Amino acid sequence: MMRLLLGLCVVGAGGAWVLTGGQQLSADDLDIQTGDAVAGEQIFWAAGCASCHVAPEAEETPAPVLAGGERFPSDFGTFVAPNISPDAAVGIGNWTLAEFATALRNGVSPQGQHYYPAFPYPSYTHMTDQDIADLWAFMQTLPASDAPSQSHELSFPFSIRRSVAVWKWMNLPSDFHTQDADTPELERGRYLVEALSHCAECHTPRDAFGGLIADRWMGGAPNPTGKGNIPNITPGALDWSDTDIAYYLGTGFTPDYDSAGGHMARVVQNLSKLPEEDRKAITAYLKALPAVAPSSD
Amino acid sequence: MKFAHALVIATTFGISPGLLAAQDYSAAVKARQGQFRIMALNLGVLGGMAKGEIAYDAEMAEMAAENLEMISELHEAPLWLEDSSNMDIEGTRALPSIWDENEDFLAKWAAFGEAAEQLEEIADDGQAGLGAAVGAVGKTCGACHDAHRQPSS
Repeated sequence: MMRLLLGLCVVGAGGAWVLTGGQQLSADDLDIQTGDAVAGEQIFWAAGCASCHVAPEAEETPAPVLAGGERFPSDFGTFVAPNISPDAAVGIGNWTLAEFATALRNGVSPQGQHYYPAFPYPSYTHMTDQDIADLWAFMQTLPASDAPSQSHELSFPFSIRRSVAVWKWMNLPSDFHTQDADTPELERGRYLVEALSHCAECHTPRDAFGGLIADRWMGGAPNPTGKGNIPNITPGALDWSDTDIAYYLGTGFTPDYDSAGGHMARVVQNLSKLPEEDRKAITAYLKALPAVAPSSD
Repeated sequence: MKFAHALVIATTFGISPGLLAAQDYSAAVKARQGQFRIMALNLGVLGGMAKGEIAYDAEMAEMAAENLEMISELHEAPLWLEDSSNMDIEGTRALPSIWDENEDFLAKWAAFGEAAEQLEEIADDGQAGLGAAVGAVGKTCGACHDAHRQPSS
């Protein structure tokens, strides 16, 4: 059903073809032109870039090789993470900061192609200019890989990249989901959760068009790439103490000392590299979320 | 007893109603799940002390860490019989990659052993060092669960 609806949507949007080119940012659109690689390392871990862009069999290294190659099956076909290492030929070494910002904020490549939202730019779109510049500076310090990016294996009509423009028109957010963030801690938590760590991409269910369902924000969703469900992490289901949530984010240990698995194990590896205050800020944000009732199935 | 309850109990103890193959794997599955529960219990002592929820006690910390280290020294092969993955039987989240990529699985188990050994070395030196050392153990748990355990549903 989802495929049918999406297909109709895409066909219906054929008329909008002309409107669907990608918009490029220029250097003038950014407040800052040079980033700080040291600060960028924290952004890199918070944003979880390595979780998807490190080659699937690669050993963990302090300076990850973002060669790509991991496959992500979905309802629309299989996405393959591209090479985003600083290699000039097959990576992103030749990009400008403005092109990098365009990718993160608008989901558009330097050639003007739309990226599929398997790349979580609907979250990264909230990143500050400063953080984009710092992240860019850090990523240029990472080792280059000459492994060419592989094509996604998508079925028609999702194989038409221009159809993504319509998806963006429907779904790309212009502001944070959570409007009230009254303390610096909640504001920091919101930025980490909604912009960098893109938690909603998996923890919020999607409608027939692949958009996040706002009134079930963080309320749990089917696992897009496999069996089982991604849990509801609102107070409607997650009743762990603040200490337990922050400890889980840093170590992977649940209150009964089971440990995180699947993709969340990688998220924990990233978040464990952030300062304790950041894990507490994420916890505060989660605790302040409107409770979503556990789904009946 | 409701059927659903019976099913929960059956799967908890590794019994697979209606799905038992020619060989009964329940003893091996119970043993390996029990091994992880012993680990969880001892990690609970150390993690509780690291979090500040349990008062630090050097002797108890040392015992818990030694238990973890001892478990890491168990030979794993008898617990992981061929054809006892989640594709073969009910009541387990063990992925077939445990057997298909056995070298990787054993390397990840060995990494747990190294982290447990380091934890054991500092466990009775005071509360301050526990956080990082328990975290390092947790990282090895996560690495294996990411690769070789089916996410919970």
